[in-house]
Amino acid sequence: MRPLRLLWWLASVAVAAGFVGLWQVAADSKWLSPVFFAGPGQAWDRLVAGLVHGTLGIELADTVGRMIYGWAAASLLGIALGSLIGISPRARAYLAPMIEFVRPVPASALVPVAIGFLGLSDEMVLAVVVFGGLWPMLLATIHGFETIEPRLTDVSRALGFSRLQVILKIALPSALPDIFAALRLSVTVSLVLTIIGEMLASRDGLGQWILFAGRTFRPGDLFAGIILLGGVGFVSASLIAWLEQRLLNWRRPP
Amino acid sequence: MADAAIAGATRRRPGFASRLVRRDWRGAVAPLLLLAFVEIVMDTGSYQIAVAAYRVVLDGSLLTGTIETLGAALGGLAIGGMIGVVLGVLFGMSRAVDRLMMVTVESIRPIPSAAIIPVVLLAFGFGYRMEIFLILPGTIFPILIFTRSAVAGTEPCLLDVSRLMGLGYIGRVLKIVVPAALPRIFVGFRLSAALALVIAVTTEVVVNPQGLGSAIMVSEQKLDPASMYAVVIWLGIIGWGLNAALVWMQRRLFGPAGARGAEQ
Repeated sequence: MRPLRLLWWLASVAVAAGFVGLWQVAADSKWLSPVFFAGPGQAWDRLVAGLVHGTLGIELADTVGRMIYGWAAASLLGIALGSLIGISPRARAYLAPMIEFVRPVPASALVPVAIGFLGLSDEMVLAVVVFGGLWPMLLATIHGFETIEPRLTDVSRALGFSRLQVILKIALPSALPDIFAALRLSVTVSLVLTIIGEMLASRDGLGQWILFAGRTFRPGDLFAGIILLGGVGFVSASLIAWLEQRLLNWRRPP
Repeated sequence: MADAAIAGATRRRPGFASRLVRRDWRGAVAPLLLLAFVEIVMDTGSYQIAVAAYRVVLDGSLLTGTIETLGAALGGLAIGGMIGVVLGVLFGMSRAVDRLMMVTVESIRPIPSAAIIPVVLLAFGFGYRMEIFLILPGTIFPILIFTRSAVAGTEPCLLDVSRLMGLGYIGRVLKIVVPAALPRIFVGFRLSAALALVIAVTTEVVVNPQGLGSAIMVSEQKLDPASMYAVVIWLGIIGWGLNAALVWMQRRLFGPAGARGAEQ
């Protein structure tokens, strides 16, 4: 079974390499204007040059830092607020309609509003990232609380747990699969909103960097930035998936 | 007879108004607090926002913006949805294709749509084409993933039947596989629709000078926060309405199968 899967994977890598080759051919033959379209070779050269000699590493660190900071804040806020609403029918009665009302507004539409309050600042970018990343976590936590095994609720009552104990010992562990799915979703949202925030507020980072590369017609740098951002998305999602597999091992049937 | 049917319908499912009234008064506290905050702390009160809303409705800019935003979103959704379904069926029908394309799909998928804004801007310039192109990846992937898993999980008996009937590949796809997978595909379609609206607005806020997103950005830059809030609220209503319409369609079209999927 194992070697066969490896073989399939290698074949799949070969197919991907074929697509990269096609991309190179498309760039070399100038099917698409070289003003905005760079081949993989050129993009790779610019990527290495930017990381080794240029500021690309710093831009990357700025973007990733912002993304992680906003993502962590959104996740904690989402879990806290979700737990509150999940555990207390009273909190739910007060807050749920408001949440229904605010949720459909796209986070990016609130960038101008945030600019009005906070100016073109790092805090503005962070506020938007937190707002956008909050929803998946909030909804997942509420959903996780709703689907607690009823017997566990009975057990907690029999043991005389306090509300905080119920949240920490019963509800959150049983909501973990939902929470991990939301963590993965909100890290994607955070990355997109970080890029957009950087573009709009001209904060240092990859978002502003690729926008500038495009405006000054440097397709090599532009594609290097896109590859880097794709890499950030891939690594963050994979890390969360890996963590999920390790932490939720006990849930899977043997 | 008709009256009885209507009475039956109302008994089964209370109408929107009665549900609204039956809602708890406590739900109104947070919005009212927000309103009070707006009135007391901010320079722009709800009266100014209402006046601005009236103005943008009257001069037609809200309607134009809505048409432009929804046009781009629905255009992208239609094209991306078709590509997603075709790819999903291809991947779902053949395990070999699915495995061979895995690395390619998994390397393209994590690229954030916002990252390709500068490329698309240079390639297409301003307008519908760039916006629709940006919406495509956001709409293709959810539909692709739901279609693939639904097609791969087609009831084997159905496939036996199709073999017995001597259907070809196309006949099997169109008559057996896609109809069986449709409720799941629709779940992906709903996710894609929400994403399409979000990406459309995002593109408009960031670069594309058309639609509601651009209206918000321009109002902000013109120091006209009242119109900005009016359009933001309208966007919320559109987003809510789009989702409500799709959930309703799902229940309506697919009955119990759709209701099961609606929870996701």
